[in-house]
Amino acid sequence: MIRQCLIILGCLGIGELIVFITGIKLPSSIIGMLLLTLFLKIGWIKLKWVKGISDLLLKNLAFFFVPPGVALMIYFNLIMASFWPIIVSSFVSSLLVLVATGWVHQIMRKKTNE
Amino acid sequence: MKQFLESETFVICLTLIVFFCAQVLQARLKWVLLNPIMVSIAIIILILTLLKIDYTIYHQGCRQIEFFLKPAVVAMGVPLYEHLERIRKQALIIIVSQLTGCIVGVSSVVLVAKLMGASKVVILSLAPKSVTIPIAMEVSKVIGGLPALSAAVVSVVGIFGGVFGYLLLKYMRVTNPIAQSLAIGTAFHGIGTSRSMSISQNFGVYSSLGLILNGIFTSILTPYMLKIMEHWGL
Repeated sequence: MIRQCLIILGCLGIGELIVFITGIKLPSSIIGMLLLTLFLKIGWIKLKWVKGISDLLLKNLAFFFVPPGVALMIYFNLIMASFWPIIVSSFVSSLLVLVATGWVHQIMRKKTNE
Repeated sequence: MKQFLESETFVICLTLIVFFCAQVLQARLKWVLLNPIMVSIAIIILILTLLKIDYTIYHQGCRQIEFFLKPAVVAMGVPLYEHLERIRKQALIIIVSQLTGCIVGVSSVVLVAKLMGASKVVILSLAPKSVTIPIAMEVSKVIGGLPALSAAVVSVVGIFGGVFGYLLLKYMRVTNPIAQSLAIGTAFHGIGTSRSMSISQNFGVYSSLGLILNGIFTSILTPYMLKIMEHWGL
C-alpha cells in the first residue's frame, strides 16, 4: 500500500517539480501520468505494484468530482448570463468532434486496408 | 450546531452519503439522466443553501476529496501502458484521428462561444469540454477558466453523448466499430466509455483509449491553440 501510494504520488511530485522548474503550461498530473507509463514501459515499475491503487482510484473517480463541482453555486449568475452560448457551443462542438474523429479514422482505415 | 455543520467531518460525510445514495438510485433505476455526479452536486448545493453553509467552508472541508483528482489522473498511466501495444500497431491512424478530434473540439467550442458573445472566462472554461472531468478541470485551471464550470459542461455533454452517441454515429455513416468506439471516447469521455463497455469489452477498450489520448493531446495543445486563435484575431 505504501509503495503503491509512493509511486503514484512520486510521479505526481516529479510532474509538479517539472512544471515548477520549466514553467510549462501543462497539468502536473498529466506529466505524472506520462511518467508512470514510461516507468512501466522501461520496467522500473512493475504493473502489479500499481495495478491495485490505479483500479481503486479510477473506479471511484466520479466521487472526486463532486466537491469541486459544488463550486457551481458561486458561479450561478455567471453561468446564467452565458447560458445559451455555453449550451449551444458545447453541443455543436461535441458533435463535430464525434463526426470528425469517426470519419477520419474510418477513411484512413479503409485506405490502409486497400 | 453551526460548529458541527461546518466541521470537516460533517461536510465529508455529507458528500459521501449524498454520492452513495445517488449511485444506488442510478443502479436501481438505470436512468442515464440521473448521473450520480450531477445529482450529487445539485443535492449538496441545495443542502448547503438550506443549512446556510458558505461554499468556502464546504470547500475547506472537502479539500481532501478534491486532492485525489490529481493522483487519479496519474493512475490513468496504467491503462495507457496497457494500451501501448494496441497504439503502436496502428499508430498513424489513431494519432491522426485523435489529433483531428482534439483540434476540432477545442477550436469549434471556442469559436462558437465567442460568436455567441460568451465572456472570456466562460470561453476558457469551455475549451477542454471534450475530455474526461479530472483532466478538463486541470486544463481549465492552467488556462484560467473555472474548473467547476468545465466539470459541469463535461458531464452534461457526456450524458447526452452516452444516450445519443452511437445513434448519431450511425446517422453520420460511421460504421467501423473501432472508429465508432474511439470517436465516442474522444467526444464523450468517461460516460461515453461506460456506454461502450456495456456494448462489449472491445468497444470499451477503444473508447477508453480515445478518452486518454484526447486528454493528453488537449492538455498539451490547448494553451497553444488558444494563443494561435488569439493571434488570428478569432
